[in-house]
Amino acid sequence: MEFQIIWFILWGVLWAVYFMLDGFDFGAGTLYNFIARNETEKRMVMKTVGPVWSGNEVWLLTAGGATFAAFPTTYALMFSYLYTALLLVLFSLILRGVSLEFRGKVESSAWRKGWDLGIFLGSFLPSLLFGVAFGNIFQGLPMDENGYHGTLFTLLNPYGLLTGVLFVLLFLQHGSLWLAVKTGDSLGERSASLSNRLWYALLIVAVLFLAATAFATKLYANYLQNLILCIVPAIAVISLLAIKFFALKADYLKAFYSSCLTIVMVTFTGVIGLYPNLIPSSMSPEHSLTIFNSSSSIYTLKIMTVVALIFVPIVIAYQIWTYRVFRHKTTPVDAEEESGFY
Amino acid sequence: MDALALSRLQFAVTSMFHFIFVPLTLGLSILTAYMETRYVRTGDEIYLMMTKFWGKLFLINFALGVVTGITMEFQFGMNWSEYSKYVGDIFGAPLAIEATVAFFLESTFIGLWVFGWKKISKGAHALSIWLVAIATNLSALWILLANGWMQHPVGYALKNNRAEMVDFAAVVGNAYGWLKFFHTLFSGYVIAAFFMMGIAAYHIMKKSNLDFFKRSFRIAATFGLVSSLLVVVVGDFHAKGVASTQPTKFAAMESLWETKTEAPLNLVVVPDPENERNSVEAVKIQGMLSFLAFGDGQAKIRGLKEFPREDRPPVLPTFLSFRLMAGLGVLFVLLSLTAYITAKRDKLETSPALLRIMLYALPLPYLAGQLGWIVAEVGRQPWIVYGVLKTSDAVSKAVNDTQVWASLIGFTLLYGLLAVVDVYLLTRSAKKGPDDLSGIPKAARTKGV
Repeated sequence: MEFQIIWFILWGVLWAVYFMLDGFDFGAGTLYNFIARNETEKRMVMKTVGPVWSGNEVWLLTAGGATFAAFPTTYALMFSYLYTALLLVLFSLILRGVSLEFRGKVESSAWRKGWDLGIFLGSFLPSLLFGVAFGNIFQGLPMDENGYHGTLFTLLNPYGLLTGVLFVLLFLQHGSLWLAVKTGDSLGERSASLSNRLWYALLIVAVLFLAATAFATKLYANYLQNLILCIVPAIAVISLLAIKFFALKADYLKAFYSSCLTIVMVTFTGVIGLYPNLIPSSMSPEHSLTIFNSSSSIYTLKIMTVVALIFVPIVIAYQIWTYRVFRHKTTPVDAEEESGFY
Repeated sequence: MDALALSRLQFAVTSMFHFIFVPLTLGLSILTAYMETRYVRTGDEIYLMMTKFWGKLFLINFALGVVTGITMEFQFGMNWSEYSKYVGDIFGAPLAIEATVAFFLESTFIGLWVFGWKKISKGAHALSIWLVAIATNLSALWILLANGWMQHPVGYALKNNRAEMVDFAAVVGNAYGWLKFFHTLFSGYVIAAFFMMGIAAYHIMKKSNLDFFKRSFRIAATFGLVSSLLVVVVGDFHAKGVASTQPTKFAAMESLWETKTEAPLNLVVVPDPENERNSVEAVKIQGMLSFLAFGDGQAKIRGLKEFPREDRPPVLPTFLSFRLMAGLGVLFVLLSLTAYITAKRDKLETSPALLRIMLYALPLPYLAGQLGWIVAEVGRQPWIVYGVLKTSDAVSKAVNDTQVWASLIGFTLLYGLLAVVDVYLLTRSAKKGPDDLSGIPKAARTKGV
């Protein structure tokens, strides 16, 4: 197989895993101020996200780094074309990181309220913005030999916004299931019932998204040419239904795993539709950034393949291990306990 | 100002801000890991208290190092897209490797360390902070290999309108990058040592938790003495490396205008860049500069006038930063030696002057680190990749002045706010002193792994 294709697959995997993992942090962070009724419950949420969020965020940095190393032209143009949008993502992520880390450092309710707002904005905005960004990538960006012809507001078109809403709902569903699995008591129950209601909204938006994709993008062309690929969006749909199926049986762990699968398959659905583009041009196909015209040299791709084959499995292994260490439900008693730092 | 000047200013602001937090992390993680190891080995609770107290300061600092690091990765594409396109084939690899090999390790195990006190064994807990420490240092290696390549590009060929990697081993084995790595690493250790000594000195003066802070001071003094000596030794090698690979930077560091054999070192120099000369040169040591640069008192050193004006870096900031940094480096050796001897003789409480000096010296290694980066980056100008790509050709074409103004103002406000919060939290925690462990059940305090 060509190295560009290996890296295209890896690129898709990095984004999919990133959304799967940081997705529940975003969802839980967006819901947190509304679903947690008192300081004890807020600390319960913090204790479920605290140990893992930073490790989750590195998947984004690795996706970014991989784009730089494997497809430098795409990295360069995408980041400079989407300058203002990415700046907003960056500020939100910075805000989220410091809010999560600093919230518990001072015993004062005014202090905590301030950071609570930071956690909300820093979780909600990236969910929306990543969706808007990917919606626009699916549609293609207005670019030709003279560069980019859009602004921040070009990105806020109906399809981009619809994808943004889809991402927000996917992550809210994901985050509420995470809390249903990871927290006990009434907080867990409320999260579960919220996820049950969110599911209908998600279903409606997902159907709208799939329909709009046919009109707004060329993503389906690859599927029509190669019907076997339809298995990926089919799994996305089945796993979306499976969330409800397991939730009705009150098996929220399986519902959460179904939600993981849904996010991964939705990402793959988009990425497969893009092939061989990384960013299509909406103006003329010959100015699209493809995995072939924007890639690194084969030599660099080979080296990076070796690095990825050795280290990515190691990363996955120790991350799974830490998730297992923290597998137990967080209870109000845990939340009151001092961890030594919080 | 145009997008180029603004982007440069923004890169300076964001990278210098990032570099307030990162170097402390390099050394403080090791010191914290050492303390926890002592606790696991001896069961002595004072080491557990130390781990928690210094660990808390480490975490406040660490959080900002991480979030400001994301900016660095984004900025290459956002503001320097021509650079990223031209050298991404080589430069992207170390960044991606850094994320995969080091940053994952660091970020995953820091979560385990903070939240895992009761979830994993004591030994595994101590191991996780060691993994954080190793990962932090490893992360610095890959970043500095990337920077080392910008300083002294190796292992590449110019083809397909860009620089392509042809020899990965050369990029990884770049001596320039390794010297820079060790120089930066040890200077980070000096920052951590002075940070710990400064805070400990404050408490020793106040006579609070004396045993705790005297022990901390001793550990930091030993670490500081070794590190400050190593910074100077590696710094000397590093300067030799610059002399042989970046003649314009070296000439600017020394404000040397004329090419000379048996070049002297002037202890007092006042550069006059306007007239391409020094208005004052005094206390001359004949042949010393040639000796420092090439280990040979007769060696020829090329002066700035040998290069066209447009290929020379700004002399004044490079020269002044280098002088001040080198002076501070020597000062750190003297201070840590005095601190080490005083601590060893157990005379700290009766040396108020030293304690006060060590408290006020806390910011100085930070200053030295920033000055070092000014030498490295300003001294490399007008090149972004020395001899290969000019900074003016590297800026993004798609980004206009307004966008960069907006982002620069945004960064300044956000980072300003973060700086205030950080200083507040650090001062608060540092002044408060260690928490009493009497609330912790006996079972959690006994010896064992």
